[in-house]
Amino acid sequence: MRREAHLGDRIFYLLLNGVALSVLMLLGAIAWQLIHLSLPAIHKFGFGFFSSTNWDPVQEVFGAGPVIFGTLVSSGLALLIAAPISVGVALFLNELAPRRLAEAVGFLVEMLAAIPSVVYGLWGIFVLAPFLRITVEPWLSGHFGWLPLFRGAPYGVGMLAAALILAMMITPTIAAICKEVFRAVPQSQREAARALGATKWETMRLAVLESSHSGILGAVILGLARALGETMAVTMVIGNRAEIAASLFAPGQTMASVIANEYAEASGDLHLSALAFVGLALFAVSFAINSVARILVWRLNRNRGRDF
Amino acid sequence: MVGLLIGCAILALFPLFSVFLYVCQQGLPGLHVNFFTSLPKPVGEVGGGMANAVLGSLILITLASLIGIPVGIATGVYLSEYGKTKLSMILRFCTELLAGVPSIIIGIFAYSLFVIPMGRFSSYAGGAALAVIMIPTVARTTEELLKLVPVHIREAGLALGISRWKVTLIIVLRGSLSGIMTGVMLGLARVTGETAPLLFTALGSQYWPRSLDQPIASLPVQIYTYAISPFEEWHQQAWTGALVLVLFVFILNLTTRMILKRHAPAKD
Amino acid sequence: MSGTRDIVITQTILDAKNINAWFGSVHAIRDISLPVEKNTVTAMIGPSGCGKSTFLRCLNRLHEEVAGARVEGQVLLSGEDIYGPGTDPVAIRRKIGMVFQKPNPFPSMSIFNNVAVGLRLAGMGNKALLAETVEKSLKQAALWNEVKDKLKAPGTSLSGGQQQRLCVARALAVNPPVLLMDEPTSALDPISTAKIEELLIELKKEVTVVIVTHNMQQAARISDRTAFFLLGELIEYDDTSRLFTNPRDKRTEDYITGRFG
Repeated sequence: MRREAHLGDRIFYLLLNGVALSVLMLLGAIAWQLIHLSLPAIHKFGFGFFSSTNWDPVQEVFGAGPVIFGTLVSSGLALLIAAPISVGVALFLNELAPRRLAEAVGFLVEMLAAIPSVVYGLWGIFVLAPFLRITVEPWLSGHFGWLPLFRGAPYGVGMLAAALILAMMITPTIAAICKEVFRAVPQSQREAARALGATKWETMRLAVLESSHSGILGAVILGLARALGETMAVTMVIGNRAEIAASLFAPGQTMASVIANEYAEASGDLHLSALAFVGLALFAVSFAINSVARILVWRLNRNRGRDF
Repeated sequence: MVGLLIGCAILALFPLFSVFLYVCQQGLPGLHVNFFTSLPKPVGEVGGGMANAVLGSLILITLASLIGIPVGIATGVYLSEYGKTKLSMILRFCTELLAGVPSIIIGIFAYSLFVIPMGRFSSYAGGAALAVIMIPTVARTTEELLKLVPVHIREAGLALGISRWKVTLIIVLRGSLSGIMTGVMLGLARVTGETAPLLFTALGSQYWPRSLDQPIASLPVQIYTYAISPFEEWHQQAWTGALVLVLFVFILNLTTRMILKRHAPAKD
Repeated sequence: MSGTRDIVITQTILDAKNINAWFGSVHAIRDISLPVEKNTVTAMIGPSGCGKSTFLRCLNRLHEEVAGARVEGQVLLSGEDIYGPGTDPVAIRRKIGMVFQKPNPFPSMSIFNNVAVGLRLAGMGNKALLAETVEKSLKQAALWNEVKDKLKAPGTSLSGGQQQRLCVARALAVNPPVLLMDEPTSALDPISTAKIEELLIELKKEVTVVIVTHNMQQAARISDRTAFFLLGELIEYDDTSRLFTNPRDKRTEDYITGRFG
């Protein structure tokens, strides 16, 4: 190739390349620093850190069991609530609503995503938690009290509040991606279904949902990633006690919320290191989950692009 | 079945209305000039504001922008103009992943980079954390908007004997200036409400910001501190703070949308 | 390609020698040689996908800007190889202007700035001279009378035909000896097309024009020489009148009589 690049172009390219590479390295630097900070905790506790259920800063004994449990339960429950609603919203916006209405509702859903987490938390403390304490939780324990899930004193703040607020926060994320996925379904598929005599609902199911499985999965996984890392709102309503309790009414703690709560006032180096270790685990998990979800959504788009 | 879908939409929007309603209802009574001009009063005294937190937020956002905006734009330009190489595919993926890193983790990163070596919490640490959070948002929007500029516009510039870097800066980038602005504003909106990464970098303070290497107050952290406090007056202040924050973020988002709408038809 | 040898060329300004071009592994241009005479209009015709546009883009080194694209061969501009070692493509493109299929004025710039940008970036700081050159170029492009009162208006506010003439003015402003045109009228209405064609005949007094067109009538109307391309090869190159009345290659004849393409 005979191509003498213009000098200015070469400098410009190198400059941009430098910036791009430094952004690339940022991710590595974050991982490196987390590992570095976690080393004392890794040496002291090893992998037992993740199975130990005792988190006691006073005794300087740290096990991530309770916060992992809290993260899984709150995010899982949030996902159970948010996923169907989000898919419904996306179907409504893309397949059902007239354009104007869809635009308006889509805009509002976007605004929902723009509200800062700390504002959700504030609302959670003063609106959601009292509502749960006074109305929802007594009703649940009255009717379903035979389930250990709904036993215990109704605090309001606790696992249930955290899950609900997370569900609210990840709904816009999942709905937005699902909307994109549905929009990518070629119109011809819908028409084919209609031509077979399918009703509006059957068309949605056959033409849209059937071919969007992996896209929806990607969206839900991205929602999960967002829920796992969500910090402030959860910290404000989960009650912040690093214990494993069967009841959804009981206070808990998530990986993110324990860092938010204790990092600034950590009592000693080992405490800081243990928190960083939790952070490292959270980083690794969200890294993996985001990668999987991105690849899923990308592959779907690429395949569709090729077929049609 | 149709009713079910409509139900989903209503259910999803309900929190928005509830949050907005409460923020307005609880926050409006406290919204007067004092809020922006006075320091917080000690518990038990009436009045006072969050002037230090508002100013602190502005300082932190400015610090973050100084790094986050140029780096974000440069990354976006790289992705759109040299976007077909293997490196840029990896970079695009990493930007997505960076956007997905929980912000509290970015906080730990900034802590290790600034707070540990300096021995204290500071505006620098807070600003750095916010800058890292800004980069992916700005980069992604920049890339998307530059891609709207048709290839033949770039070729027209090249064919005139304008070198590629000048074509990129003078024709492509300046032509999409309003679009780039939206990226910047989305980035600002994103970091304005960020609380978690500031908790142990900028920390917070009850006083006016004095120096960049000292802890500094910020609106979101102040809201958090006041919300979890046991004092009624502070709760009131927290609501007003939330109202200010929400309004600011909404205005940024609305402006962005308006610009994008105007931008879209001009793409060809 | 025996046909090329018969043309009498007195003064070659642009001389393409053994040009081969690829998109990735696709061999798009196969060993094409084509000398262009000064102050003429040379037309390149052929069915779509025959490589005429690609070849045109080899003449100002624009082809290589496409990712994965590659060129081999020589193009002599007044005797100097534009692909020679150490030659700056940016400097070459100032001497060989180009007008594209779709009118593409720079979207963020005024009419004036669209024409002036090439000069400014080439280092012309003198405002009076700049204004003078812009006026001259717009007059050359037969656009001056229509825009002289609204030079500050955005270039994209003009009609399609006007935009295309603005693009001609933009290309002419840097005073290139050669102007390449890639189907410049295919996106225009008949009246705008006629204007551009008139313009070309006027222009060739000062500039050498190489034009790609898929419109044979257009080639017949405006060009002095015509080259017929097929599947990346140059089939025949001759004086326009001869090529259209008395083609020597069967494939040329089939094409101009409308038997394919």
